[in-house]
Formats: sequence, C-alpha cells, structure tokens
Amino acid sequence: MDEKQYLYCLMRTGFLGAVAIRKIYEYFQSFSGIFNIEERELKESRLLKERQLRLFLEWKSRYQSCLEEYKRLSARGILFVSMLDEAYPSRLLGIYDHPAALFVKGTLPEDAPMVAIVGARGCSAYGEQLAEEYARVLASEGVGIVSGLALGIDGAAHRGALRGGGKTYGVLGCGVNVCYPSANYRLYESMMEQGAVISEFPPDVQPKANHFPMRNRIISGMADVVLVVEARERSGSLITAELGLEQGREIFALPGRVTDHLSRGCNLLIQQGAHMAISPNDILEYLGVKYQKKLILSEKNIKRLAKKEKMVYSCLDFIPKHMDEIVKESGLGVSECMAVLLELELGGYVYRTAGQYYGKRM
Amino acid sequence: MFSKVNSGGLRGIEGYLVQVEADVSRGLPGFHMVGYLAGEVKEAEDRVRTALRNAGFALPAMKVTLNLSPADIRKEGTGFDLPIAIAVLASYGVVRRQSLTGIALIGELGLDGTVKPVRGILSMVLALEELGIRRCFLPAGNLEEGLVVQNMEICAAHNLQQVVGCLAAPGSVQVETGTKSQETEEIPVYPVDFKEINGQLLMRRATEIAVAGQHNILYMGPPGSGKSMVAQRVPTIMPSMTFQEQLEVTKVHSICGMLPPGRALVRSRPFRAPHHSISSVALVGGGRIPTPGEISMATRGVLFLDELPEFPKSTLELLRQPLEEHRIVISRAQGSYEFPAHFMIVVALNCCPCGYFPDRNRCSCTQVQVQKYLNRISGPLLDRLDICVEAAPVTYGEMRECADNEPSAVIRKRVEEARRIQRERFADTGIFSNSEMSIRDIRIYCRLEEEEERFLKQTYQKMQMSARGCNKILKVARTIADLDGAERIRCSHLSEALGYRELNGKYWGRR
Repeated sequence: MDEKQYLYCLMRTGFLGAVAIRKIYEYFQSFSGIFNIEERELKESRLLKERQLRLFLEWKSRYQSCLEEYKRLSARGILFVSMLDEAYPSRLLGIYDHPAALFVKGTLPEDAPMVAIVGARGCSAYGEQLAEEYARVLASEGVGIVSGLALGIDGAAHRGALRGGGKTYGVLGCGVNVCYPSANYRLYESMMEQGAVISEFPPDVQPKANHFPMRNRIISGMADVVLVVEARERSGSLITAELGLEQGREIFALPGRVTDHLSRGCNLLIQQGAHMAISPNDILEYLGVKYQKKLILSEKNIKRLAKKEKMVYSCLDFIPKHMDEIVKESGLGVSECMAVLLELELGGYVYRTAGQYYGKRM
Repeated sequence: MFSKVNSGGLRGIEGYLVQVEADVSRGLPGFHMVGYLAGEVKEAEDRVRTALRNAGFALPAMKVTLNLSPADIRKEGTGFDLPIAIAVLASYGVVRRQSLTGIALIGELGLDGTVKPVRGILSMVLALEELGIRRCFLPAGNLEEGLVVQNMEICAAHNLQQVVGCLAAPGSVQVETGTKSQETEEIPVYPVDFKEINGQLLMRRATEIAVAGQHNILYMGPPGSGKSMVAQRVPTIMPSMTFQEQLEVTKVHSICGMLPPGRALVRSRPFRAPHHSISSVALVGGGRIPTPGEISMATRGVLFLDELPEFPKSTLELLRQPLEEHRIVISRAQGSYEFPAHFMIVVALNCCPCGYFPDRNRCSCTQVQVQKYLNRISGPLLDRLDICVEAAPVTYGEMRECADNEPSAVIRKRVEEARRIQRERFADTGIFSNSEMSIRDIRIYCRLEEEEERFLKQTYQKMQMSARGCNKILKVARTIADLDGAERIRCSHLSEALGYRELNGKYWGRR
C-alpha cells in the first residue's frame, strides 16, 4: 500500500499535529510503521503522549474507512501533496512545523518569488485599495501572492493579483472544499484557475477559531516576503508577521498616519525594523525581480478632465470624504457636485462607498 | 310612553346615526338596555340613574326599556349617556318629545350630571350633518371640534339641567354655527425649524427632494449626526394641509383621544416616531374592535422609524400594503374597518452596530457584522425607500455655530411649487405625487431624450443597477426636475438622483 494513504490517515485523526506526524515519520522512517507495531512497543517508544496514545489505539481499529476516503480524493479534484513529494513548496519545508502534507485545489507554485499580503479583515476603504494595487503590480511582474482568503485586506490582495493576471494562493483554515467566508465565493472559484487554494486540514473540515493562527504559519512559510497592509495593535496580522520573522522571512509594512488605529500595527513593525513598502517596487527590488518602470503611487492622470471635474477631484483624497466636505471645499452646490462626482465615478477616477463618501481611485 | 333621541356612534373612523329609543311602562321597576352594547355602554345605566337623581329629577319607579338602534352594530364609547338620559326624561314627560326632532345629543355624564367630552366627535357630527340633522348638543369640551362642521348649529352642553332647560326653551339657547374655523387659513406653527440645522447640506437637499416628491427617505449615519433632528423637521417643509386633509387627520386624532382640549382642527402635519419595541397592532392598528395605529395617526404627515434595524422584521413587513395603498383595511368577524395611512416614511439607522463606520479609529465592526446588521432590515421595505442619504459626522464648530441657515418657510415655498407642478401633471390620474407613479406612469411622465437615455444606459451597465433601482432613479430625477422647474429630465437631474441611490446590500466600500 501507498505510504501517502497512511499519511492521510494520520492527518485525518485530528489529534496529531504537524510536528507529531513528522516525529513519527522520523522514528519509523515511514508513515505506515505506526500502524504495524504492537501497543506495548508504541508505549515504550514514547512517541505519543498518553492522551494521544489512547485516542490513537481507539482510532486504529477503524482507520480503514479513511483509506476509502483517500481513494476518492482525486475524483473530487483535490491534490494530496506530502512533504516527500517534489511538488511540495520548498520554502515551506524549511520551517520547523511545516505540515506533513497539503490539500490543494488548483496548481501549486513553482519556483517564482512569493509575497504574502496580510492585514485586517475590518480594513478601511483606503487599505483595501492599496492591498489590491500592490498585489496587482506584484502579480503582473510574476510574483505569486499568498494570503488567507479572508474578508478585507486578504480578499483585496487576491482580487488584485487576479486582476494583474498573476498567480495567487489562498491558505484556508478549513477543508479546501469549504469556502469560508462564503462571501468570497467568486474569488475562491477563480483562484483555482489562477493559482490554488491550499489547506493542511483534510476536506470537509469546518473552520474553527484555532485553525486560523495555524494556517498563518503556512501563509508566511510559503512566501519570501510578508507585507502587512493594515493592522491594529495586537492583531492576527501581526502574529503572521511575527511567525514570518521566526521563519526568517523579510517583513514589509505599509506606513500610515500615526493617529490611525489601523496603521498602528504597521507603524510598530516599521519601528521594530521592518521594511517600509512605499511602493510595490521596494518589494520587487528586494526580491531581485526586474521591473519595467519605476512606479510611484499617485493620482490618475487628470489632464483630460474638464475644469470643474479637475476642481472637484482636487478636493478629494485617497481616504474617502463625505459629500458635505467636498461641497464645502469646492464651493459648488450639492446637485452640481453630485453630478461631477458621478461623472468622475463613471470615468474610474473616483470610487464611492455605498453612502455618500467619495475617495480618489488609485 | 315612548320617545326617541338621535345620537352618534363610531365605526372605524366614520360616524353613524344611532337612535336611542326609550319606553317607560308599568311593570316590575327596572332599567333594561338592549342593542348590542359594549361594556361601557351597559354601565351607562348606573351613571344615568344617579346623574338624573343628583340633577334633581325625581322619577317614579317604573319599568324603563332602552334600545340603541341599529341593533346589529356594536355600540361603544361613553357618548350615549346624555342621549339616554334625555330619552328617559322625554319618556317620563319631563322633556317635550317634539323638542327632540331634528336634533342630536352626544356626551358622557358624570354622577352629578355634568357633561364630559368624548372621543370621535368630528366623525360623528360629520355623519349626522350628512343625514340632515341641523342641531347638536355636544359636551362643552368638544365645542371647538364640532364647530368645524359647516351647516350645523352646535349647543354646548355643560350639565343635565342646562340641557333640559335649553330643550324646554329653544329660543333662549346660545347656538354657535360651525363656519368660523375654516375661514382662518392660518399657517401651522411647528416648535422646530430647519433654521436650527447647521451644516448637513446633503441631508437638507435630499430631504427637500424627498418632501417635494413625497418620496420615502432613509438617513444613515453615526450617532449624534442629526438624523432625528432633520427627521423631526420634515413636516415643517411639507405644504400646508388642505381642509379635507385636516379633517382626515383630526378625525383620526379625535378617535384616538389625542386632540388637545379646546382645539378644533389639527393644522400641523403629524409627526409620529414610535419606539422600536412597538407591537404590530400598535403600528398598523387593530384590536378586537379595531382602532387606528401609528401609521394612521401619521396620515398626511411623517412616520419616523429611528434605529430601523431594531424593529422586528415581521412588524415592518406590515407596512408594505399601506405604503402602496395609502390606507389599511383591518378585517374582523363583525366586518372590515378602513383607516387612512397616507404617510411619508422616514427611517434612520446607524451604519454598523457600533455606529461609527467608516471612521476606522472608532469602529472595528467586521464586514460580516455590518452585513448582519443591515440584513435585519426588510428588503421589500428598503425597496420602497427612494432616497438614501448618509449623514456626515458633525464637528464641534458646526454644532456650536449660530449660522444663518435657510428656514423651513423658504424651503416649503419651493416644495409647494414642485407639488403644484405635480398636481397639474397628474390631474385626473388618481395620483398626486411623483413617488406614486406606476411603471406605466414612469413611461409617460419620465420620458428621456436621446442624450439622457444614453447616459442612463451607460450608468445602468456600469453600476450594475436593477430594473427597480432604475425606476426609482427616474422617479427621483422627475422630482429634481420639478424642483428645478424643468419640463424634461436632464442629465444633471439623473446624476443627482443617482447620487441618492439605494444601498443594495453593498454598503462596505466595495468597488
């Protein structure tokens, strides 16, 4: 029987972690070994803790059904990539607690440079826009984008990468056939074409709170660089950055206004020595990727706009402003101002959050 | 001896004629009342007997039979006390029966014989007037209300003895005729004014448009940004009510007992702001014997629902039919009751559970939380809100400023002009304002020229609008054009209307 089947069974137990499975492999030099030894011998090996041992012995009697499940994996379009396989991401192998195997829907990255983009779920419209822009530029230069397919920054990063025509990888905190959060279903679908969704959890596993910190180590582990876009103090994104640091990844952070709570995490990272990502070029330079033109994040070219539109545009900011403020600054009437803003919105210069807040588009 | 007295009863908000028939005969002494009576009407027996004695009428013990006709409609209210007492006196021969022809009496009696005010006077007197009755005895406290009705002589009833005296000598009665109240076309006074609103230019403008076209409006914004303040001032810029509208409002208010004493007609537009813990029955009306709910009390005025997501969805769903039909029909075993519900709905809500989105320094609600919060609003209700506007957070300077803001009266002038244009346009179509336009009406009255058509098509595709959303835009654009005094809808009108477009579940700055 195939070794991978036994690995699948071990992962399916649910109580054996990545490190435990690796130790088992190192002890037996195979995954099947543990299934073939006596209870007494296993006890003496001290491989498993007491609780694990009890659960394992109980579980061993009915692991046959897992083997059946394993056979069905390929029919469900799920790849099972073990750490012994060629396809297993090489960067990930280098980390201490790398998962023994990955479940993949899509195609795993080859040797392209990778950047992990992480940030708050409840981000600002500004942060979302920047995440998308950075991901788009990086992806269009052939850099893979890894993130967590969460709402907010994660989703924006994936979207940007897809728009840039590059590859993007989402690491999930649940089985790869489960789309969580369901709001990102369209992203989830299109990522299988242009990259992959990846998980260390077997299929059908539902998301749990404790899964997410675990998947964060894979996000940073798969990348060369971790870019934090918007993060509060003491947030999950900072944990990812921390993990990245332990794994020897380079950390980049987007500087923000010192008064913004959502930029506090980033500014803190910079204070502690993270790179400042003033433009996507900084990351490309670090990765040694040759890029065509120096890109400076700035406003759109407004030469073709009419006079009034230019005037209203100049009152705007990348951080959305309320209509009232724009009306006051521009000196136009409400109805006129609205007409101009709609024109700008249709032209792609401005975006509107669903209320009457307007911001410049990058 | 038999006698008959006219009085009035209430059914829904309409009055009807009730004849109180009394007969005094020999037999076992007692007081027998029939005619499908509610509890409080049955209790009239004790009130009337005691009041008669205390008013100084010593009546011999005989068998008294009373019937309130028509006997198949349930009689409610305390207004039958006075006619019952007079009918009994007439049967005993204390009051001449001839003096009772062509007059009606309404009023509640105290044990000492004083006449106390009752609810629903206006509806009853109007109904009596239609039936050709020309003189009414009403409780003194309801005099002003009764005087609203034309062609009716109103006598104020203070107490039983005075009424009997008046009946005995009709010439000496002090009679007032209901004409004076209508002549004075005084402008209603509101305790609030748009003058007091600093800043909030967008909300001002959106409110003006909403009122001009009778569009329902939604305010969204952080706590303390002035949503409720603006909502309270919506009635102040609505056109003053016509006499018919005033009658409608007064009827409802009178039935609910909300008419202030000494007041004749309600002239200011109602503003009703029920708390979100309101029950369905209290909102739309109901009860075993149906009474008007908040939506009927808000008729011709504003129904303001603050903190919309806190209202139970099932309660809000009940608003759908009244919003379309401008009335509510409540059916019970005894029959169906119709109440007016011609109101404009104004709703306010926070942007997210904590209220401070998109200020990320104060708000850390996740997208899911916001979505959940907004999903609590009934979708069909949201569809009926034509204008959605977001309030800006208020700065200290704006709050404390004593700026020279535009007062309500000036805004009302513009609104009235826009309403006039609409009335002329919709003459003989059965609708009165732009918000009431059906899809067919939109085709006729919101016709676009080539350029505008192209503009709308382009926007429709780019913004992924729905057909319903598009119709709303057209209706609002029509109103903006009317405010502008423009014959046809132009691009500028359309683009402003687009600025107030709905929240289609994508509140979170999605691009």
